[in-house]
Amino acid sequence: MTGKLRRLLLARRGGASWHWTDVASYGYLALGVLLMFGPVLWLALSSFKTPAALLEFPPSLLPMAQSEVSVPGYPQPLPLFRVTMEDGSVRELAQVRRVGITAQMVDPAAPGQTIRVPADRRTPVRHMALAVENYTDPLTQFDFLRFLRNSLVVTVVATIITLLINSMAAYALSVYEFRGKKLAMLGVIGTLMIPITIILAPVYLVVTKLGFVDSLWAVILPGAATPTGVFLLRQYMLTIPRDLIEAARMDKASEWRIYARIVMPLSMPALAVLAIFSVMWRWNEFLWPLAVLTKTEVHTLPIALNAFQGELQTQWHYLLAMTVVTLLPVALVFAFLQRFITSGIANTGMK
Amino acid sequence: MAGLELRGIRKDYGSTAVLKGIDLSIADGEFVVFVGPSGCGKSTLLRVIAGLETVTAGDIHIDGAEVTRTAASDRGLAMVFQSYALYPHMTVHQNMSFALENMGIAKAEISSRVDRAARMLRLTDYLQRKPAALSGGQRQRVAIGRAIVRDPKIFLFDEPLSNLDAELRVATRKELAALHAEIGGTMIYVTHDQVEAMTLADRIVVLNGGRIEQIGTPLDLYNRPANLFVAGFIGSPRMNLLPTELVRGEAAGPAATLGIRPEHVEPCAEADADLTVRVDLVEQLGGETFLYAAGPNDVPLTIRCDGQSRLVRGDLLPVRFSRDHLHRFDAAGLACRPEPLLARSHS
Amino acid sequence: MTDTMRSHGAPARGPSAAAAAVTTGSANALMRLTDPPMRAVQRLIGAARMPYVFLLPNLVFFGLFVFLPIGINIVFSVTGGTALFPAERPYVGAEHYARLLDCGSYLEAASCREDLFWRGVGNTLTFTVFQMVAMVLFSLVTALVLNRPIRGRGFFRAVYFFPVLLSPVVVALIWKWILQRDGLLNAVLTTAGGEKILFFVDPGWAMFWSVFVSVWAHMGFYTLILLAGLQAIPRDVYEAAEMDGTRPWRVFHRITLPLLWPNLLVVLVLVLIRSVQVFDEVFVLTGGGPGTATMMVVQYIYATAFANQVQNFGLAGAASVLLGVVLFVLTLIQLFLTRRRAS
Repeated sequence: MTGKLRRLLLARRGGASWHWTDVASYGYLALGVLLMFGPVLWLALSSFKTPAALLEFPPSLLPMAQSEVSVPGYPQPLPLFRVTMEDGSVRELAQVRRVGITAQMVDPAAPGQTIRVPADRRTPVRHMALAVENYTDPLTQFDFLRFLRNSLVVTVVATIITLLINSMAAYALSVYEFRGKKLAMLGVIGTLMIPITIILAPVYLVVTKLGFVDSLWAVILPGAATPTGVFLLRQYMLTIPRDLIEAARMDKASEWRIYARIVMPLSMPALAVLAIFSVMWRWNEFLWPLAVLTKTEVHTLPIALNAFQGELQTQWHYLLAMTVVTLLPVALVFAFLQRFITSGIANTGMK
Repeated sequence: MAGLELRGIRKDYGSTAVLKGIDLSIADGEFVVFVGPSGCGKSTLLRVIAGLETVTAGDIHIDGAEVTRTAASDRGLAMVFQSYALYPHMTVHQNMSFALENMGIAKAEISSRVDRAARMLRLTDYLQRKPAALSGGQRQRVAIGRAIVRDPKIFLFDEPLSNLDAELRVATRKELAALHAEIGGTMIYVTHDQVEAMTLADRIVVLNGGRIEQIGTPLDLYNRPANLFVAGFIGSPRMNLLPTELVRGEAAGPAATLGIRPEHVEPCAEADADLTVRVDLVEQLGGETFLYAAGPNDVPLTIRCDGQSRLVRGDLLPVRFSRDHLHRFDAAGLACRPEPLLARSHS
Repeated sequence: MTDTMRSHGAPARGPSAAAAAVTTGSANALMRLTDPPMRAVQRLIGAARMPYVFLLPNLVFFGLFVFLPIGINIVFSVTGGTALFPAERPYVGAEHYARLLDCGSYLEAASCREDLFWRGVGNTLTFTVFQMVAMVLFSLVTALVLNRPIRGRGFFRAVYFFPVLLSPVVVALIWKWILQRDGLLNAVLTTAGGEKILFFVDPGWAMFWSVFVSVWAHMGFYTLILLAGLQAIPRDVYEAAEMDGTRPWRVFHRITLPLLWPNLLVVLVLVLIRSVQVFDEVFVLTGGGPGTATMMVVQYIYATAFANQVQNFGLAGAASVLLGVVLFVLTLIQLFLTRRRAS
């Protein structure tokens, strides 16, 4: 085993023929695809299942529902089964009721006569059915749109504020020499070490005093100034030739104009990376909103999901659907910007 | 357009003095070139004038108004950077109009000024391009255009030709001279290349070690260098410098060093010779020939002859020095003159 | 210079081009609005003081939401009562710290006065150790495999990376759904002839899946850092080793590992810092259960300050200060290592 692993890790590049380590590599990667994609795919498939199908064990792979028929003389539609009769023939019968190990069945074509069959002789007749109502019901029943809107507002507003104030600070710290610059840098590094997790209660106090409790501002503002963002942007701005800034000064540009018209456009790649990070952070943020957003009206998606999984233990069908909706924007962003995100992270070593 | 006055300019970086007291006055419409070896402070002086560096002492006046503490953006000067410093995210048109927008000039006026400058610099076809899509020479012209549209009080050039290849440099040099003749602004130009200095300048300011060595017209400097530094710096190939005692009849004077330019060393009959030298290297340029020779004590001597020469390495050559063109310097390196044309500027 | 200009001036591709188009449009409008007041400010205070203006908003935010809270936190930790406002809280000295640290034996959480805190510490330590080993191992193997000349490397890299972007709540719910009593995994187990396992009722399984889900969600990030490190190793080093007839294991041991070591160290410390702070995924996945089997330090702090019937900010504050000291030290180490890697 260790030998195998060893060769797998060590095999060198080159060599045109298929070495067995290549096979092992692809095997590992295939397993990886199954393990990484599988769960998400399973979630997506499950989210289209009816509550009844979700309770099935073992579960079916695809969203299936039992077919039903309306039989004259019975007010409710009856579930349809395929029954192996004693003579070996197979008939499709509708089930009226089940009593112990026998089931009372009726032939939809001849509803007058009931047939008793052993319960283990029948298998349900099923067809693929997408329970779209898992997605549509929460919209009407649980104010799902409001959570979606809250999440969107938090993400967009917070990202704009972050980009603005972080880039301003980064500009000051990269272009100018001034008294207290070292101290300011130290302050930024200092905040890098203080995750909000450990100052939860005092930040709560500050937010309360500012009158933001149970408003979206309580989530937007505390995380807006990110040390990561300042660092990332400053690092990039340092590579902008100083001549450009001096040329702009000679061109009678004000310092604000140099920031807005020269430095910002030239920092676009770094700003884009920070924007993506910020969207990710904000869309997924959990602990702080959980602490500060107590009223349901201001819940963001992750908080709402967490609340649902507590309250609606049995309503997995809604929960799964809403999870998919929460996941979807991130998945889309990733699908389009994958290369950009991965290279951005590889270059900065941050997330 | 305006004149410029510098008084006692000093600039220190920590304990290092880069400018050690500069006094200079530049007249309206003049083309002045700062020249000197690298590290002499010429670029710093230009940046001080621009307002991109603060001074440690001294003051700066533009058109009679003191601007020593005025920010770069408020001095009304335009600068062409060595790197051109074109805004890479803007088109040529936007590059040229940026300053005008900053000044709050009306759109129509901006367009007409940019168009005029573009015509003058043959950039009309490239106005919508970004700098990355231009050749080196075109970028250089955009940088100049960006300065021209401003109609600034003074143009500052920081080694603007050093990023061009040799051929383009000569062509652009001519264009700059023509430009100055056409728009006639006050121009201050920094270079380490003395050919640029000689060809462009109304007056040259020679800087060395943070001080002005000499100020004068190109031919002034060439014909009457105030000291050994200027004598050696201006002119190519360099002026020959010899100890006085090597030259017949010169030992008696106050001079310690004699200077003679290569074109004033004349091959002659052995009887008339001041020196006999051994030819070490012959450079045939076709129209002229340079002989690199060694005199007594291996003193190097460069000789320029018209036309082509038959001499080869190892030949002995008697030469004489035209007395009219002999430069004499005292032990301190200052030119010995009955009445010095321009005193060495000691602060 | 020309190179820098070219790289900045090169036609931007992809998202930055689109972003640039949008931003220049809105930037022009914003400019007309913001420039006059900012110009006036510059005239008033002088260009040399403008950096302070640029720095101000960010520093106000840092001050309000980081520095001030750190101070309040320390005040909380030495005051008692249930009031939120520091002035209304009586001074109690080191009482909270004493309570947290009052233990019969530090190895035995039950012997401690604040046994929940120590359970949290113990769980966090267990989680951290397993998570570090698993995370580094899997991301290293994955990075090594991805560094081989394989087809579709971009695709596979993306596959491993995408869970990094998912919300911790989403991650936890995905796995909760798979691991539940009638979930997919138990279906597979029973089809294979096994018994159903109640993963969230057994403490050992609950901790295993907490670590597993964390690794699942974050290994893509560390893989990426290690892959970048591997790709930075010059190819000719390997070619030289090949010319010398070096055996594969030796190549890994004597070339890859030493050259990758700085990146590996950074990954180790980053995993450590994140593990110590772990909360989201585990909280949603197990709720800290069964019992307190997967309750982490951060959950303890959160519960003490917010979720419990009696909100004890003092105790939570003291625990935060202790956690903060640990994180501070770890971050210093990380900065030191990053700086060394950069130089």
